[in-house]
Amino acid sequence: MSELLPILSYVSFFLAFAGIFGVMCLGLNLQWGFAGLFNVGVAGFVAVGAYASALITAPSGLGWPVPFGLVGAMLAAGLVAALVGVAALRLREDYLAITTFGVAVVIQLVALNAEWLTGGPFGIQSIPRPLFEAVGGGLAWNLLYLALVLAVLGAVWWALERLVTSPWGRVLRALREDEVAAAALGKRVARFRLEAFILGCMVMGLGGALYAHFVGYIAPEDFLPVLTFQIWAMLILGGSGNNRGAVAGAVLVWGIWTLSGNLLRELLPQSEQARGAALQVVLIGTLIAVTLILRPRGLFGEKAQVSRHAGK
Amino acid sequence: MLQLLADGLIVGSVIALGAVGLTLTYAILRFANFGQGEFLTWGAYIALSLLGLLLGAAAMEPLGPFSFGIELLAVLPVAAALTALLALALDWALFRRLQQGQAIALVIASFGAALALRNLLQFLYGTLPEYYTREIQIAIRLVPRDTLGGLRITPDQMAVMGLTLLTVVALHLLLTRTTLGRSMRAVAENPSLARVAGVDVEQVRRATWIIGAALAAVAGIFAGLTGQLRPGLGFDLLLPLFAAAILGGIGSVWGAVLGGFIVGLAESLAVPLVGAEYRAAVSFLVLIAILLLRPAGLFGGRP
Repeated sequence: MSELLPILSYVSFFLAFAGIFGVMCLGLNLQWGFAGLFNVGVAGFVAVGAYASALITAPSGLGWPVPFGLVGAMLAAGLVAALVGVAALRLREDYLAITTFGVAVVIQLVALNAEWLTGGPFGIQSIPRPLFEAVGGGLAWNLLYLALVLAVLGAVWWALERLVTSPWGRVLRALREDEVAAAALGKRVARFRLEAFILGCMVMGLGGALYAHFVGYIAPEDFLPVLTFQIWAMLILGGSGNNRGAVAGAVLVWGIWTLSGNLLRELLPQSEQARGAALQVVLIGTLIAVTLILRPRGLFGEKAQVSRHAGK
Repeated sequence: MLQLLADGLIVGSVIALGAVGLTLTYAILRFANFGQGEFLTWGAYIALSLLGLLLGAAAMEPLGPFSFGIELLAVLPVAAALTALLALALDWALFRRLQQGQAIALVIASFGAALALRNLLQFLYGTLPEYYTREIQIAIRLVPRDTLGGLRITPDQMAVMGLTLLTVVALHLLLTRTTLGRSMRAVAENPSLARVAGVDVEQVRRATWIIGAALAAVAGIFAGLTGQLRPGLGFDLLLPLFAAAILGGIGSVWGAVLGGFIVGLAESLAVPLVGAEYRAAVSFLVLIAILLLRPAGLFGGRP
């Protein structure tokens, strides 16, 4: 039994991370999978959520309870998304990609340089980990936090499933398929897009907050473009337009990432470790490219939606 | 004040060259290539390796007032050619296979390719900064200190600006005076009509990759010459490149050049106001401003 405990601890640690990535990936799926919005600044919105929650809950900040942090994270990420969306959403689709890329760069700069707010390169430490002391940390807390992550993941999933099967979600998919036709039916294209973009970013911000309270410490280097890329890899591999695909992709890509990292650590000498980490990114990049070419719909493609009145 | 203007023009030269390549691929291949920045980096590092092969451990013999020798000028076209080859290989392995799908799949693929390329380079060369030459250059004082703060500029910087203008003029002649150039503009305007009119779209596609990547390589080498070589060199320039290309209007060569100089000047002039650490945010503000005010760009057609 005793030799099983470290494994269990590791598995719960791994799954908690996978679940956090799953939340971020669900946010991206709402934007890309259902609304066709291309967000290259995922890491930026995740960072806004993480920093907002950290500032609200840390003793050096406001010191409020964690649930306030989670809500604040969503509001902060949504606010940034609204600003970006108003500027870029009314233009052609790849302008949104360029703008979100830019906003992530700027957020990274602010995190790195606005020391009075973000702690600069050292980041924010001692972010409260909910109930850490109460259960004595260790395995018990890992499991507890895993339960929290899964609960949030489930809630987000449920809400998004409800949302995308609602009339609102149908309009969203209609927009993605044929914007002109949807507009001709009297749907207000710009508003639906903006709503989907903001909602997706709020979910990403929530993911960032979950990350901050799990690790207990955040720094600018946690939110580099490679994070955006990982989330995209998860969604593409899992299959966009399908929430099941988004979460399965999160578990799978995080698994590949962890395994390849461990493997490289075993194989490469200490001095070459930093170079080895670069190879990991090459691996994930290749994975995205190969999936796009060989199986563009991912593991779980979007389910065909047929009206129940069809064929009658 | 004058000094800031000059610095802005030098950074602007690099941005302009990179943005010209970006605007061409954007207009002709019809997607925003996030890999353009990596072509700058790869071009710069390929030139470094070629110099190493050519010289061994010896240093370059400086050419006249410049810090670099004739060797750098010799490896420049070779590095540009090899970078173009890299772009063609990437097109063959990746972008060509996605062409049938949505344009946005190409953007994702280019984003993935960019990260993979940058990390591959980091794996091969390590993360420490490198230099083409350790030669110290004495800046020439063009304007005395008492007029508008004075102006000092190194011969290298002057060479970079001169060669940039030369390259852009050559490209302009290519696009306006040759059959290939006219075909490229035709495909940018309307690919199906160009095909019907007998334009070899495949050839245009290859030419676009070659020109775009070669210009990026030259820009990367210039960036390395006036600064240092880092694996993040091209990635850090990506946002200014996009800002310049969109500011000039997608597809417009002179627009991209002008956009490059405007972004370079804006960055340089903003430094005293916002501090050097927020320099990179300036191109984002330029981008947002242009998207809000004139999304078609200065010389662009459709937004």
